[in-house]
Amino acid sequence: MSANLTPRAKFATTLLRTAAALSRATGRGDGSVIGGRVGLIVEPRLLELLAEGRHVVLISGTNGKTTTTRFTTAALEAIGKVATNSFGANMPTGHTTALAKAPKAEYAALECDEHYLGQLLDAANPKVVALLNLSRDQLDRAMEVTALAAKWRQTLQASGAQSTIVANADDPLIVWAASVCPRVVWVAAGQSWTADSAICPNCGAHLDRFGEFWRCTNCGLNRPSPQWSVAHQGEAVVGPDGRRYDLNLQLPGRVNRANAATALAVASLFGVDPAQAAPRLSEVASVAGRYAKVERDGRHLRLLLAKNPAGWLESFDMIDPVPPVVLSLNAREVDGFDTSWIYDVDFTSLAGRKVVVTGDRRTDLAVRLEVDGVDFLVVDDIRAAIAAVPPGPVEVVANYTAFQDIRAEFNRVN
Amino acid sequence: MAISTLRIVWLYPDLLSTYGDRGNLLVLAHRARARGIDVEPMQIRSDQHIPHTADMYLIGGGEDGPQAVAADRLLQDGALSRAAEAGKPILAICAGYQLLGSSFYANGRAYEGLNILDLRSDRGPSRAVGEIAGDAHPQLGIGPITGFENHGGRTHLGEAVQPLARVTAGVGNDGATEGAWAGHVIGTYMHGPGLARNPKLADLLLAWAVGTDPAQLPPLDDTWPERLRFERFQALQAAAQ
Ligand SMILES: [Zn+2]
Repeated sequence: MSANLTPRAKFATTLLRTAAALSRATGRGDGSVIGGRVGLIVEPRLLELLAEGRHVVLISGTNGKTTTTRFTTAALEAIGKVATNSFGANMPTGHTTALAKAPKAEYAALECDEHYLGQLLDAANPKVVALLNLSRDQLDRAMEVTALAAKWRQTLQASGAQSTIVANADDPLIVWAASVCPRVVWVAAGQSWTADSAICPNCGAHLDRFGEFWRCTNCGLNRPSPQWSVAHQGEAVVGPDGRRYDLNLQLPGRVNRANAATALAVASLFGVDPAQAAPRLSEVASVAGRYAKVERDGRHLRLLLAKNPAGWLESFDMIDPVPPVVLSLNAREVDGFDTSWIYDVDFTSLAGRKVVVTGDRRTDLAVRLEVDGVDFLVVDDIRAAIAAVPPGPVEVVANYTAFQDIRAEFNRVN
Repeated sequence: MAISTLRIVWLYPDLLSTYGDRGNLLVLAHRARARGIDVEPMQIRSDQHIPHTADMYLIGGGEDGPQAVAADRLLQDGALSRAAEAGKPILAICAGYQLLGSSFYANGRAYEGLNILDLRSDRGPSRAVGEIAGDAHPQLGIGPITGFENHGGRTHLGEAVQPLARVTAGVGNDGATEGAWAGHVIGTYMHGPGLARNPKLADLLLAWAVGTDPAQLPPLDDTWPERLRFERFQALQAAAQ
C-alpha cells in the first residue's frame, strides 16, 4: 500500500487525483484516464508502486469482465477494502487511478483490457488472474482472436508463474493460453460462441465436441475437469468439494451465473468463504448501467449492453420471451466501423415479437432482420422507440456507444 | 426456372468465416426463397468431401493459418476446380478470393493457389481497412458496389480475368480495381455481408445458378437494402469532403 511510496510517487499520486478531479468538475467524464496519464508521466513506475503490497486480481476476457470484476469486488469486500476500476477504464491509466484513489485498500480487483494483460502482469504482480473467454470483437482493428490467445499464452509463460489462474474450461482458446501456468483453477463458465474455436488453437486440427466436452483429435488438448461450475438445476454454483452455493442474482442469464462462479472461485483463493460471498453477489443490481432498469411513461426498460456476436447471443438468452425488444446499433470508433459481425448473430429467435431498431446504423439492422424474416420498425432514437411500444416491460439491447447514448437519455443511470 | 431446390455449398466455415461471411449465404437463401426457390444450404467442413452436385459454392475470409490449410485441402479435394470448369457460380471473399489465384501470401511466404482465376496475390505496404466502393464492370450490369474491406494482401489480375469493379473509394486489389470475375466465378475483398449491400450481385449469382437472366427473376422489395446503399455512398461522400 501507499505508506512507503517514494516522494516522487506521492507527488505523482497527488497530481493524478487533482487532474481526475478537474476532469470530473469540467464534465469530461470520471477522470480515470486523464488522471492516470498525468500520474504515469510524473512517475512511470506509478502503477507498480501503487500495486506493491496489495493482493491483486486481474480479470480479462472478451465478454463479462466488467460484471465479473464487480462481483469479485463485492465478494472481496467481505474481508476488506477493495480498489477497483469500476468505471470501465480498463487500461493502465485507469488501473493507476483506481489504486491511487484507494490508498488504504488492501485488495484490488482490476478489469483488464485483453491487450494489456502482459503489461499488468508485470506491473501489478497479481495473486490471481481470471481469464473468462475470447471471441471476435471489433473486427476492423482488434487483433485476430487466435493471435490474441497466442499472445496471452506467451505472456503467461513469461510472467504468469507467480499467479494462480482462474480460467474457463469451456473455452479452448482460454484453456490453451492458461495451461502453460503451473497453478490453474478451472471453472465451467460455458461458451456461447463456438465459431472461433472450431479448430485446435494448438495444432490446427478439428476439435471434437460432445455435449460440454471437447478435445483435439490430434494433439490431445482437451477440456480440463472443472473445480467450479454452475449447477445444472436451479441458481447455484458448485464448488470444488461438491458443495452448492445458492445464488439469488438480480442480474439475468446463464452467463451471469457463470460470472458469479468465477468471482466465487477468485474470492475463495483470497480466503473468502464462498458461502459468505455468494449473498453479496445478489446485491449487485446493475453494473455501469448494464442491466439497469429505468422507467419512462409507463415503459419499464431493462438495458443490456452487447458489443459483439457472443454478447448479442448472450443477451437474447437473457431477455424475457414476451416483451418488445429495442435494438440499437452504432459503428463509431470504439464500436469498430465494421458492422458485418451482425451477420454472425442469429436474430431468428426474435421473430413473432415486437422489434424496434434504432442507432446510427439502424438501416444495417433493418436489412439484417429482413434477411432473418423478423418483422421490425425503424425509429430515429430511443425516445421514438419508447413511444413505439406499449406501456409495460421492454428489453433494450445496444452496442457500446449506442448503450452510452441511451444511458445519457436516462441521466447516466448506473 | 429449371431448378426447384438450390443447393448452396458454404465451404469450410470452420476455417474461413471471419467477418460475418455466413451473411452471404443467408442473403442468397432469403432472395431465392422470396422467389419460390427452395434452398438447401450445405455447410462443408474442411475435413469433409465437397459435393460435386451443388448449384453454387461460397468461400469466405480468414486468417493466414486457416487460409493456407484451406488452400491445401481444396487442392487435394479438387471438387471446387471441377465446379468452376462446369460453369457453377462461385463467390469467394478475401482470403478465399486470394486462394483462387495462382499464388497467395500467408505466414510470411508464398503458397500455391487453385488457379481457378488468373491472378496472384502478395502483401501490400499496409492493411486496407474501411469502406470500399466502386463501379462494377459494365458487362455485369449491377451498377455501383459498396462494401467493407479488411485485408493485408494486394492482388494482381492476369489477362484471363476482368476486374469486378473500378475502385472509387478504398483499396480493393491495388487501389485501382477491386475483385475479379471470369465465367461464373467472382472474387472480392468486400467481406461478410457484401451481398446484403449489393442485392444485384446476389441476384446475378442466383440467375447464373438457375440458368436464367437476372432480369427474368421476379423483382423483390429492396427498400431497405437500397436505403443502406444510399447511406453508405453518402457517408463516403461526406468523408471525402
Ligand atoms: Zn490440437
